[in-house]
Amino acid sequence: MADKIFRVNMTDLSTSIEEVPENWAGHGGRGLTSNIVAAEVPPTCHALGPKNKLIFAPGLLSGTPASNSGRISAGAKSPLTGTIKESNSGGTSAQRLAKMGCKALIIEGQPQDDSWYSLSLTPEGVTITKEEELIGKGNFAVIEAVEKRFTDKIGVLSIGQAGEMQMSGANISVKDPDSHIRSLGRGGLGAVMGSKKIKFIALDAQDGKVEIADTEAFKAANKVFTKALVDHPVSQGLGQYGTAVLVNIINEAGGLPTKNFTTGQFEGHEQISGETMHDLIVERGGKPKHGCHAGCVIQCSQVFNDAKGKYKTSGIEYESIWGMGADCTIDDLDKIAEMDSIMDDIGIDTIETAVAFGVAMEAGVLNFGDADEMTRILKEEIATGTPLGRIIGNGAGNVGRTYGVTRVPVVKNQAIPAYDPRSIKGIGITYATSTQGADHTMGYTIATEILGVGGTADPLSKEGMVELSRNLQIATAAIDSTGMCVFIAFAALDDATCLPALIDLLNARFGISLTADDVSNLGMSILKTERAFNEAAGFTNLDDRLPEFFSEEPVAPHNVVWDFTGEEIDSFWNF
Amino acid sequence: MLVTVKLFAFFREGRFIKEDRELPEGTTAGQVVDDLQIDREEVGVMMLNSRHCQFDRILQDGDAYAIFPVIGGG
Ligand code: SF4
Repeated sequence: MADKIFRVNMTDLSTSIEEVPENWAGHGGRGLTSNIVAAEVPPTCHALGPKNKLIFAPGLLSGTPASNSGRISAGAKSPLTGTIKESNSGGTSAQRLAKMGCKALIIEGQPQDDSWYSLSLTPEGVTITKEEELIGKGNFAVIEAVEKRFTDKIGVLSIGQAGEMQMSGANISVKDPDSHIRSLGRGGLGAVMGSKKIKFIALDAQDGKVEIADTEAFKAANKVFTKALVDHPVSQGLGQYGTAVLVNIINEAGGLPTKNFTTGQFEGHEQISGETMHDLIVERGGKPKHGCHAGCVIQCSQVFNDAKGKYKTSGIEYESIWGMGADCTIDDLDKIAEMDSIMDDIGIDTIETAVAFGVAMEAGVLNFGDADEMTRILKEEIATGTPLGRIIGNGAGNVGRTYGVTRVPVVKNQAIPAYDPRSIKGIGITYATSTQGADHTMGYTIATEILGVGGTADPLSKEGMVELSRNLQIATAAIDSTGMCVFIAFAALDDATCLPALIDLLNARFGISLTADDVSNLGMSILKTERAFNEAAGFTNLDDRLPEFFSEEPVAPHNVVWDFTGEEIDSFWNF
Repeated sequence: MLVTVKLFAFFREGRFIKEDRELPEGTTAGQVVDDLQIDREEVGVMMLNSRHCQFDRILQDGDAYAIFPVIGGG
């Protein structure tokens, strides 16, 4: 079955299946969503209006047996940043879409009345159905109900109350293999789905299969690729401790933004560390190792139980723990897990929302460290859409503007995550130049600056950082197109067999002959396409800057400021 | 001299989280790793007073020395 484009128009409630245009054929995941947004969305449109489009695309290798290939990309113009946006996640949706032969789902237009809808996709196409019962419900209830209406196996993409209310911190939930939730987290894509009045999308691949041009070559390449992933010590650590293993090392390096970015180390770091989480999980009969999709051999996710041994949350990431933990000075993992679960249910980005709370704490809306009040605001204000709930639900920048706070850690209005750019300078270049606002995953310089993977670089020195961020952003744009989880990058940076095997997988899947140069050209062209969209939307090099306070306020323990010149930052784009 | 040694991730198993250790003058970062019977190959990152360091670094009285296996995340 040749891959097709599935298109849904929510203005006239029509659907169609189209051939894939030739210039999109070599794209998948982020490369495809960004190319479609660039081709079809007017850059100056309102992100929540009928001219914006929401695109879902599985990666090039999704749906195949290739390890770690089950990531789905979602793209649109972001209501949070006003830039182009791609967000990717695990879960079961990428595999379902790929297996039904859907190379991309394009959702356009907007209903003219107040009705809500759901979409259901099979290999035959898309059905649009009016939805009433699940409106106002959280993601867990939605997933449960959709499984009852269809089958346990159904793939689900859904929004919670935050998406319905079009808050710019709203995310899109992706059902994982255990009916729990992974998230297309950043940039408010849940609000775009809410603006199209779609509560959920059910994905049934039936008995669809992904065709592989050369199965023998594919198997051989997958073997080498999988071995590179499994053998890398970082993969082993991720399996045991999850990404929260970073809490202690980033704290030790003095780069753990604490108390709304006023200092670089958190007294309570040990209580919220990956080590402590691992011990708690084991003690309570949870699972320290868990994959966000079938076929993940690294398994950085986990199942976290409460003190009574009852399921609480899964896939709790370092950045979420940092945000609620160090940034809001909460040193209690149980309270953090509780809030993580509520945010999954409401469907709101943990990074944006935790940073928004940090700014609200600085403004005196609540006290630093007050987890109970934070939990109350999540449940009683954000989930129900009170004025305070909307102020926080619309992100850190919004809270700062509302309360007149100047220490607001955002770039292009998107919250800066868990690494202080004053004391870990390379990541600041990624925050500044990313085509999508502050986002560590766009070019994860931490690997080299802090973790010593793929070489070393002094995190307090500017030397070589622009180049490091550039190389990683180019590679990441390409990896984000394959459907591979970004954590393959650790093996790719260190093990010479890993990237060639990945290229062999792509070639065997499609019967083509890509080279390493083609892959890096792909990465460069994606970045340039995204940047051109942003420029046409009105962004300039002056938007590629960090907030002023990073240059003015030294951060302990190293007492350093952000000291890149505008010219140095702009040299990022010399390629 | 007195040096605070901190261990992380699985290096803690059967050892300690944090310990003040009395060391002879001139002790290097690598010697502490060897004394703890940690395989140097397994060490990913060492930090002395929150700055990265190498095995040949000579420790000083009052230093805080952190030893991590190869780890990652993001
Ligand atoms: S390593 Fe983590 S994020 Fe990546 S595919 Fe596995 S569980 Fe998902």
